[in-house]
Amino acid sequence: MPDSATHPLINSLELVGRSTVKLIEEAGYYSALLVESLFWILVGPFIKRPVRVSSIFSQMMTMGIAACPIVFVLSFSIGVMLAIQMIYNLKTFGAESQVVVGVALSVTREFGPLITGILIAGRTGSSLAAKIGTMQVNQEIDALRVMGINPVRYLVAPALFAMMIMVPVLTFFSDLAGLLGGAVYTSIEIGLSFDAYMDRTLSALAVADVMQGIFKSLLFALIITLVGVSNGFSVTGGAEGVGKATTRSVVLSISYIVIADMIFTYFLNL
Amino acid sequence: MTNSSSAIEVNELVTHYGSREILHGINLTINEGEIMIIMGGSGSGKSTLLRYLLGLGIPTSGSIKLLGKDITRINNIEMNELRQNMGVAFQGGALLSSMTIGENVQLPLREHTRLDEKTMEIMARMKLEVVNLGGFEKLMPAELSGGMIKRAAVARAIVMDPKLMFFDEPSAGLDPVVSAELDELILNLRDAMKMTIVVVTHELESAFKIADRITVLDQGNILMTDTVENIKNSDNERIQSLLNRRPSNDEVQADEYLNRLTGM
Repeated sequence: MPDSATHPLINSLELVGRSTVKLIEEAGYYSALLVESLFWILVGPFIKRPVRVSSIFSQMMTMGIAACPIVFVLSFSIGVMLAIQMIYNLKTFGAESQVVVGVALSVTREFGPLITGILIAGRTGSSLAAKIGTMQVNQEIDALRVMGINPVRYLVAPALFAMMIMVPVLTFFSDLAGLLGGAVYTSIEIGLSFDAYMDRTLSALAVADVMQGIFKSLLFALIITLVGVSNGFSVTGGAEGVGKATTRSVVLSISYIVIADMIFTYFLNL
Repeated sequence: MTNSSSAIEVNELVTHYGSREILHGINLTINEGEIMIIMGGSGSGKSTLLRYLLGLGIPTSGSIKLLGKDITRINNIEMNELRQNMGVAFQGGALLSSMTIGENVQLPLREHTRLDEKTMEIMARMKLEVVNLGGFEKLMPAELSGGMIKRAAVARAIVMDPKLMFFDEPSAGLDPVVSAELDELILNLRDAMKMTIVVVTHELESAFKIADRITVLDQGNILMTDTVENIKNSDNERIQSLLNRRPSNDEVQADEYLNRLTGM
């Protein structure tokens, strides 16, 4: 007979409760990872347990420099796409030439950091989760621990450090590529010269616009690293587990990025 | 140190996995310079016991003393020092797949010492020679066979000249010849470097060959800890069925069985 525990309403309530607890648990784990990584970065060198500089640089290469071409292509396309949409929109008011301001502000404040964040979540977040997950499955993490090598210091801290530098740099690069895309399309469509476009862009932009994007990108770097790494560490159940963790980390970090973007954009523009 | 002749002392160790109790109060003493085999079937708790001996889990209760230090109580710094005196050869080798064999073997030196590059390279080569892998230091782990990976893992484990050495299923997945070579290697390590060695395995042949004493685990309890001879002559039914590869015929509890089937 249906007792209270199997009532559908109770069931769904229980589900909500469980997922909330899980979410809070994960948030706690993220913060613990963050604090521990920061500890190793800041205090490590003084207790003769430094984060390896060579490891940071090699990560900066793979997650940053190697991502430049794809960041350029996507950001350039976004710039063109924005110019197309804005010219179409502004035509109704006969104000096509205002497209420059529109593209400049949208790219630096929003699309540069967002597209970079999403791209890096797919590229680096997934590879962090897969790498650490595979190491977990192969007992490599256990091996590090029994050798007295802290896995957070050895694996997480260099990745976090590299991401905190490279994602803002890539975001700035993405801003430039997006503006270039807008310039190229605008010059073809409404015949505005490249020089004039850049002039107007520079006068439309304030440092604060670019900084807003850069600030958000720092936040995205944090989200991507922590979500990727923590999903990697929590892998159980072999190769299938690694696949699941990888997927989960990409979906979660993109979701968190978009939500965090909304929240921070609101507060930064109060 | 309380007792200079015991390298490992486990006292009333109780551990849980989730809410399930895995080890039910283990007591075990391993002497210095001894090769102790921990044996048992699948699910006997032998891998769990190893995890806790390595300090990879926090026990529910009880104490584990390695080289006189209780690892359930000491702080991180002390544990870190202790770990430099422990070597572990994992079942699958657990070499870092992003590094060459040589870099893997050098890793503990690189992290714990301030030796210069050349010295570390030479030390790594020496240890690779010990495990008969001289000249392989430039290869990646993926380019080696299973037996070679296990030997490389041994080289990494002994590079700091540890006092305690742990092997997890050293002969699993190896052909008889390679497995016999690994047995020889374990005996040599003890004789040449005076290590205390703990081997977790279910391979009877190699266990009898290398063991000084054997501990038989069953369902989270120690059935017996004794010399090879005494274990072989034991009249304990479960030990005998393990030794003679007999299927264990637990008595079927009719009511319990019915309850399990009906999910009551």
